[in-house]
Amino acid sequence: MTSEFRRNATSALQQDDVQTNLNRVVHKLREHRQAAWIAADEWRQLRRHCQAIRENAVRKLPQLLEQLETNLIRNGIQVHWAETAEQANHVVLSIMQRHDAKLIIKGKSMVSEEIALNHFLMQHGIQALETDLGEFIIQLAGEKPAHIIVPALHKNRRQIAELLHRHFPGYAYTEDVDELAQLARKILRDHFQFARVGLTGVNFMIAESGTLCLVENEGNGRMCSTIPPVHIAVTGIEKVVEKLSDIPPLLSILTRSATGQPITTYFNMISAPRQPGEKDGPREVHVVLLDNGRSTSYRDRELAATLRCIRCAACINHCPVYQHIGGHAYGTVIPGPIGSILEPQQRGLDRYGELTQASTLCGACTEVCPVGIPIADILNRLRWDATRQDADCSTPGAGSGYIPAQTALWKLWAWQCTHPGAYRLSTRLATRLRVVLPGYFDAWTNVRTMPKLAKTTLHERLKALGIDHE
Amino acid sequence: MSEKTATSKPDTVYLFGTCLIDLLYPQAGVATVKLLQHAGVRIIYPQAQTCCGQPAWNSGYREQALAVARAQLELFPKPIPIIVPSASCARMMKFQYARLFAGQPDEAEARKVASRVYELSGFLVDELNIQLHDSGAPLRVAVHTSCSARREMAVANKIPELLKHLHNVDAVEPQHAEECCGFGGTFAIKQPEISAAMVLEKCRHICATGAQQLVSQDYGCLMNIGSALEKQGVALAHQHIAEFLWERIQDRDP
Ligand code: SF4
Repeated sequence: MTSEFRRNATSALQQDDVQTNLNRVVHKLREHRQAAWIAADEWRQLRRHCQAIRENAVRKLPQLLEQLETNLIRNGIQVHWAETAEQANHVVLSIMQRHDAKLIIKGKSMVSEEIALNHFLMQHGIQALETDLGEFIIQLAGEKPAHIIVPALHKNRRQIAELLHRHFPGYAYTEDVDELAQLARKILRDHFQFARVGLTGVNFMIAESGTLCLVENEGNGRMCSTIPPVHIAVTGIEKVVEKLSDIPPLLSILTRSATGQPITTYFNMISAPRQPGEKDGPREVHVVLLDNGRSTSYRDRELAATLRCIRCAACINHCPVYQHIGGHAYGTVIPGPIGSILEPQQRGLDRYGELTQASTLCGACTEVCPVGIPIADILNRLRWDATRQDADCSTPGAGSGYIPAQTALWKLWAWQCTHPGAYRLSTRLATRLRVVLPGYFDAWTNVRTMPKLAKTTLHERLKALGIDHE
Repeated sequence: MSEKTATSKPDTVYLFGTCLIDLLYPQAGVATVKLLQHAGVRIIYPQAQTCCGQPAWNSGYREQALAVARAQLELFPKPIPIIVPSASCARMMKFQYARLFAGQPDEAEARKVASRVYELSGFLVDELNIQLHDSGAPLRVAVHTSCSARREMAVANKIPELLKHLHNVDAVEPQHAEECCGFGGTFAIKQPEISAAMVLEKCRHICATGAQQLVSQDYGCLMNIGSALEKQGVALAHQHIAEFLWERIQDRDP
């Protein structure tokens, strides 16, 4: 009876260490974001600007992608289109095979998680090594990222130290954050020299110049995209923007919204493979442009707003539900509010429809989203799609949440609320019958008492007080 | 939004009582009427009103939500404010009707009604500039602001402003006040474990203020938090801000 999501959530709620770590990290991230804005006006202005940039990009998506492809090719970057996750995986595999490469070093990429690349490559005898510190930890632990920016936020320093020590007993045990980072670097460094292929994600793609932009803090993204002779960037088609001048505002709002940083340590602009006479850089650069359901969202005027997302995670960090259950409970690649609107659109309401109910619609997500995605409204819309029986809806899995008995109840409710006489009679009756109405309702009363119906309704009381009714 | 001048206070308003108050907390509706009368305003309460449609709207049943919302539209024909003693229902009418009625023949009508909707505490402060005189004993009051009040309706500061009139009341804001109490309508039933964790945390922050009383603009939250406090046996009264204000300004020793 209880869904998988509810079981996962309950289990997360019962793990004290997860609760403590989550609570600490989300509140810290919120404080950092808050501190990043000197004036509320500045934030509002920048948000308006960034929303317009992303709206424009999503509106012109097909033509910008064409322009992007032309310019990437002109720059010597090889472009691969992938309609599905499987196609994207095969593109990467065939590049690996062509170079006879058995190891791929990876910078952080949520799209590679989306297509489950590591698992796919492993099945083909290829090892994928995560080099982002958080992702490295997650990979060692054999888990999935619990957050899109801070993949290991559910673990504390001690747990990370123990994990590293277990896998690399040759190094001295430490719980010092800087020393832990140094240690991971040391372990990873050798691999950078020998890997023939490096893979990264992409934060923005500039259509007018054919440039890939990569935002990161650790420098591993730069290593993955410059040291191996082959660099593969995998990304969703929605990451395109029109102009170079769109980048500074987006970068500024992205880093502040994510971690409260005014700028990250590294910002990479990749515009071509190594040119004749140049001493470094990859000899081949590939970009894999993944659709995987995005074009379905693009065709729906309301849902297309989802594609504006710049994956800053602010909505996740401010979500009171995420704050209590963490990322794993969602059972998706992207957790939190953005995941709850994105995953049902990409992978179907039949599989992920419940996530649209994993929200109180409190609006904290909508409030902080730097590109003004009306997340709560989209959740509301997807709840509709889940119950719809008409053919006008192209959301995958539409209508899968239709339950005849539930619909009958809502119809009864609507009938009552549109027949004031019946409404007044039944509410009056309900109040009179309040003693015999069931006094419990488990889901509610586990932690609460049952509210009692009033002796008389407001309608009756105001009538008795002689309040005018017209 | 509203053309506000010092001299043109509305003299007559509609009251939309909300179904929750109608059925469970009518005393909050009565107190709303008393407060508005106290401020010299006449009230019209259309007896045919039922519900704003939000429960169905948030559950994905748009057809039913539309039918119910539509039945309310014609009840408020005069160009006067519609006062709603709930930020959540006020938000539904003011901001969600435009989406609900989009493309419908009565869309313009719905937008017109929406533009006249006011949440009670905001109306008392901004439109009526209500004056209140405290006649109660010293009391520490925790203020809970609903998510609708804080966000779209932007009336988070109205309760503290109203409580400033009451010299014996010490209003406090619990820690992490901006975090949702976990009610969310059907959320509390569909995701009871998460909802429970959220409301219990909310209770902890409220209790930590040392307040003897909890007030809010929204009975949805109050029902959630209040019932949870009660279950824990915490002696902390909860009241709608209208009830609380009306009680405080009664002269206890005539
Ligand atoms: S939906 Fe908005 S807040 Fe959430 S990750 Fe995307 S851009 Fe950031």
